Amino acid sequence: MSFLRSLADRERVFDFLVPAASPVDVRHGPILYLEDVTVSFDGFKAIDNLNLTIDDGELRCIIGPNGAGKTTMMDIITGKTRPDTGQVWFGSRHNLLTMNEPEIASLGIGRKFQKPTVFEALTVFENLELAMAADKRILPTLTAGMSGEIRDRIDEVLLTTGLAELSRRPAGILSHGQKQWLEIGMLLMQRPRLLLVDEPVAGMTEQEMERTAELLTGLAGKQSVVVVEHDMGFVRSIARQVTVLHQGSVLAEGNMDQVSSDPRVIEVYLGADADEEVA
Amino acid sequence: MWLTRPFNERATLTFLGVLLAAMILVTLLHVAVPQGHPLHVNAYTVNLFGKYLSYALLAVAVDLVWGYLGILSLGHGAFFALGGYAMGMYLMRQIGDRGVYGHPELPDFMVFLNWDSLPWYWAGFDMAWFAFLMVLLVPGALALVFGFLAFRSRVTGVYLSIITQALTFALMLAFFRNEMGFGGSDGLTDFREILGFNLRSNEARLGLFLASGVALAVGYVLCRAIVGSKLGRVCVATRDAEARTRFLGYRVERFQLFVFVVSAMLAGLAGALYVPQVGIINPSEFSPLFSIEIVLWVALGGRATLYGAVIGAILVNYAKTVFTGVMPDAWLFALGAMFVLVTVFLPKGVAGLLAYRIKRRRRPDDDGATGKEVSA
Ligand SMILES: Nc1ncnc2c1ncn2[C@@H]1O[C@H](COP(=O)(O)OP(=O)(O)OP(=O)(O)O)[C@@H](O)[C@H]1O
Ligand SMILES: [Mg+2]
Repeated sequence: MSFLRSLADRERVFDFLVPAASPVDVRHGPILYLEDVTVSFDGFKAIDNLNLTIDDGELRCIIGPNGAGKTTMMDIITGKTRPDTGQVWFGSRHNLLTMNEPEIASLGIGRKFQKPTVFEALTVFENLELAMAADKRILPTLTAGMSGEIRDRIDEVLLTTGLAELSRRPAGILSHGQKQWLEIGMLLMQRPRLLLVDEPVAGMTEQEMERTAELLTGLAGKQSVVVVEHDMGFVRSIARQVTVLHQGSVLAEGNMDQVSSDPRVIEVYLGADADEEVA
Repeated sequence: MWLTRPFNERATLTFLGVLLAAMILVTLLHVAVPQGHPLHVNAYTVNLFGKYLSYALLAVAVDLVWGYLGILSLGHGAFFALGGYAMGMYLMRQIGDRGVYGHPELPDFMVFLNWDSLPWYWAGFDMAWFAFLMVLLVPGALALVFGFLAFRSRVTGVYLSIITQALTFALMLAFFRNEMGFGGSDGLTDFREILGFNLRSNEARLGLFLASGVALAVGYVLCRAIVGSKLGRVCVATRDAEARTRFLGYRVERFQLFVFVVSAMLAGLAGALYVPQVGIINPSEFSPLFSIEIVLWVALGGRATLYGAVIGAILVNYAKTVFTGVMPDAWLFALGAMFVLVTVFLPKGVAGLLAYRIKRRRRPDDDGATGKEVSA
C-alpha cells in the first residue's frame, strides 16, 4: 500500500514541485521548543520527559555526564531519531516531528557532529561549496556554476574559520582542530538560524580551544547556538545560559554560577570531578 | 555550461585525442593498407576492437556508480544485456522472411514454438528509431524502479551489491525460459542486416567499430561532465559520508537514483553496440559472473578516474582474447592472478600508476618560474 502511495506521490520524486519552505516564525517566542519528549531504545529511556526552550539569538551550553542523552536530543531535533512522545517545534510554525532530515536541514538547522565528518576526498573549498545554502535539487546542482557571489561567501567563511590558506587542499589532510572549524564553516555556509554543535573542543589544544570559543561567541546573536560540551573550562568561557541534562531530562538550568552551585548538579556531574580532585 | 566543461580539462582532451587517433589509425590501416601487407588490419580485428570499445563504455558506466557514488553494482551486466536484447530484437525483425521457416513476421524460434503472432512487447522493434530508444529506456526504466526501491529504503554497501547480483541472476533465469519470448537459452542470433548494411560486410564492421568509439567518447564526456559538476561532488560526498551529505540538505537517494539510471542507460547502449558485433545475445550475458568481471576491469584499471575503467576493460579483454586462444582453461586463473597482483602492488590500478608517473614528471615545473626558465 505505502509503495502504491509513494508511486502516486510523483511530485515528491521530481522535487521542483515541492513548495519552498516558509521562513521560521519567532515573533511569538522561542526558536526551538521541546515539550515532554521521551525516547526509549529497547525499553531504556535515553530521553525522559525532556523540556527545553531556546530563544532566538541565544548561545546555550548543554552539559551532562556520559549517556545523559545529549547527542540523542540533537538526533531528535534534526530528525534522525523520532521520539515516542512529545512535541518539537522550530519557531511557532514548524513542527519538526512531521519533517525528515533534509527538510529540517533546509529550514535552517545546522548540526556539527561529535566526530568531525568532513568530505576528505574533496578540498576545503569544495566542502564549503557543497554546504552552501543553495537549490539542492538534482538539476540545479548539476548545472550549478561558480559565481563571484558564491566565491565571496566561501572566502568570507574561509577567513572566519582561519582556513584560507588551506582552501585548495583536500580536507583529509587537515588536523583534528582544523576539521572541526571546517565543519563549523560548513554550517555557516548554510546561513542557519540554529546551530547545534556537539563537543566542539574534544581533543583540541588550548590555543585551538580559544579560537573555537571566539568563533562560537562571534556567531551568537546572528544565529542561535546550542553547544554540547564536557570541558568545563570551555563552557565557562563561552556560556551565558547552561542546561544540565541527566538521565534524559533537565536537572538544572541557569547561568554557570547558579548551575555549578546547585547541589544536585554537584552530586551527579561536577561531583565526579570534585571526588577526583579530592582523591 | 556543465556539459562543455570537460573540454576545458587537459585530461579529457588527452583521452579524446588518444581515442580519436586510435580510431583513425585503425580505419586507415584497414581501408588504405592493402590486404596481405603486414600493417593491414583485417575485418576480424576491427570487429574485435569494436567489441573492446563497447566493453570500455560498459566499464565507464560501472565506474560512474562505483567510483564516484560508492555503489558497488554487481548487476550491471543486466543493463548491458537488456540493451543488447533490445538491439537483438531489432536485428531479428530485420531478418524478415529470410529465416529457416520463411515466416514473414515471426522469428524462427517463435515458429518453432508454434506461436502464431508476435507477443505485444515485440511490437515496434522493426523500426530502428524505436528499438534504439528502447536500448536506453528499458535499462533506464529497470534502474529507475530498482534504484527507487533500493535507495529509498537506504539499502547500500554489501546488501546493495548482493541484491544487484540477485537482480541479474533472476533475469538470467527468466530469459532462459522459452515462454518469455526471447529465444530461451539460444537467445537471439543469425542476424543479417543493421540499417540496411550486411552485418558480415567490412563496411558494417568498420561502422560499428567507429560507432562504438563515438559512443565511448560521448559517454565518457557525459560522465566527466557529471563528475566534474557540483552534482559529482555531491556524489563523492555521498560515497564518503552519506549521513553527512543528507544533513547538508541533499536528498541523497535522488542523486543516487539519477546517477544510477544514467549509468544503466550507458550500459544498455554498450550492450546494443556489442550485440551486432558478436552476432548473438543470449542469457549468459546476465550471468552474475560477468557482472563481477566488469567490476574487476574497473578495479584493475583504477577506480574513480573513468579513463582507468577504459584501460582496464581493454587490457583485460585483450588478455582474455590472447589467453583463450592459447590456454582457454587457464583464463579464470589468469584473471584472478591479475586481480591479486594489481590489488597488492597497484592499489589504485593502472591509472594510479599513470597519475603517479605524470606527477613525478611535472614536479619540476610546479616549483615555479625558475624550473620553466631552465627547460625553455
Ligand atoms: N540507537 C541507539 N540504540 C540504543 N541505545 C542508544 C542509541 N542511541 C543512544 N543510545 C543510548 O542512549 C543513551 C544516551 O546516549 P547519548 O549518546 O545521547 O549520550 P550523550 O549525552 O551524548 O553522551 P556522551 O557525553 O558520551 O556523548 C546512552 O545510554 C546510549 O547508550
Ligand atoms: Mg554524545
